[in-house]
Amino acid sequence: MRQSLRAAWAIYRKDLRVELRTRETVGSVLVFAVVTAFIFNFAFDPSPQVLGLVAPGIVWVAYVFTGMLGLNRTFQLERDRGTLELLLLAPAGREAIYWGKLGGALTVMLVVEALMAPVFLFLYDLSLFSPLLAATAVLATVGFGAVGTLFAAIAVHTRSREVLLPVLFLPLAMPVIVGAVGATTALLGGGGLAQVNPWFQLMAAFDLATLMVCSWAFEHVLEE
Amino acid sequence: MRTSAAPSPALPAEALSLEGVRKRYGATAALTGVDLRLGWGTVLGLFGHNGAGKSTLLRVLATLVRPDAGTALVAGLDPTRQASAVRAAIGYVGHAPLLYDDLTPTENLAFAASLFRLFDTPARIAGLLEEVGASAYAHRRVRTLSNGMAKRVALARALLHRPALLLLDEPETGLDADGLRLLDRLIAAVAAGGGAVVLSTHDLERGLRVADEALVLRRGAVALTAPTGTLDVTSLEAAVSGEGS
Repeated sequence: MRQSLRAAWAIYRKDLRVELRTRETVGSVLVFAVVTAFIFNFAFDPSPQVLGLVAPGIVWVAYVFTGMLGLNRTFQLERDRGTLELLLLAPAGREAIYWGKLGGALTVMLVVEALMAPVFLFLYDLSLFSPLLAATAVLATVGFGAVGTLFAAIAVHTRSREVLLPVLFLPLAMPVIVGAVGATTALLGGGGLAQVNPWFQLMAAFDLATLMVCSWAFEHVLEE
Repeated sequence: MRTSAAPSPALPAEALSLEGVRKRYGATAALTGVDLRLGWGTVLGLFGHNGAGKSTLLRVLATLVRPDAGTALVAGLDPTRQASAVRAAIGYVGHAPLLYDDLTPTENLAFAASLFRLFDTPARIAGLLEEVGASAYAHRRVRTLSNGMAKRVALARALLHRPALLLLDEPETGLDADGLRLLDRLIAAVAAGGGAVVLSTHDLERGLRVADEALVLRRGAVALTAPTGTLDVTSLEAAVSGEGS
């Protein structure tokens, strides 16, 4: 267990170091997120009434699709560079790769989500700067990161990985996405902790369950 | 040479022991019942045409592929049930150098060291890079290195944790004459230090010179095992191609 944690930390630090040096994933994912936000801005009349109805959906469509793009690259870069074998040769449990990769993916996704907040403020006059909205983002991102990391590892061995990941991932991640949209709707509508608590409980339960199941299942998906 | 393996006194009698190891990829039989024994201090040359099963066998030994049937002991450990312990005991160099292009050789080796739970590694890393002739490139990104230099760094990475068993899958790819001499010295040093080496190669002459034992695979089956001293290039070539069998 200790060895796996050390290996996971090493993988996480390595992913961060490579990303800081290249900015490949954050750069491409951020551009995608900004373009998505712009497209919705032209598609909808940004009046307060319309915005109240569609804003949570816009925010989470942008976050989920950019998250998928980032998750797809998590293992694809290792595969393309041939370095996935190096991780598989580490004398630690396979769950170390899962936790390390999940940590890297979560960091990238949360950074992109934070960088997108001013964009939503500029385009939609939508302030996402509140502790409860930040908590919603963290709970939701952990949930779809947990599922997405597992399915990204499955998809990387297939030829149609770009198609396969959303097909596998979106139906399973639906509870946490619904929870995130529900909590965001309540918070943007002026609700407080009492209103979002059921959504938080749903997302927290989903996160715990998926983290346990996916880290256990991960060992089997990396078998050749 | 400072790279020699440092096998613990508690090492089992044999470096490798395989019986009836089989592996299929769909309809293709990659290994069809491989038996093999290898003692410590020995270099095994693994020969065979493309698709003969050499890489699959090495990947089974490296725990990268799970065999369908048969028993295998690597350094006395079961690669299926004791995979982590096996990985700690082996060093593996495959076709790809297993290096991150955007990290320097020093950073790549430091990352590998952290995966292998090694402490106080800067001196070890610097020493190994010097030994493989890559110290001048220690702080340049790997993407700026030639294939040969990247392969040297890959050799350093495989030796970092002082593996008892070194698995080399066509390691000469990309190496120049000087690099090949270095490779031969490293292999000899590991064997002289009491470790063992499995070397897959298409260079029959070099393989015969470097290895103590030869194993020829043909269509996933063992076609020949013999001490290299009893073979010459012609007889080995015949065994590889199946002529006269």
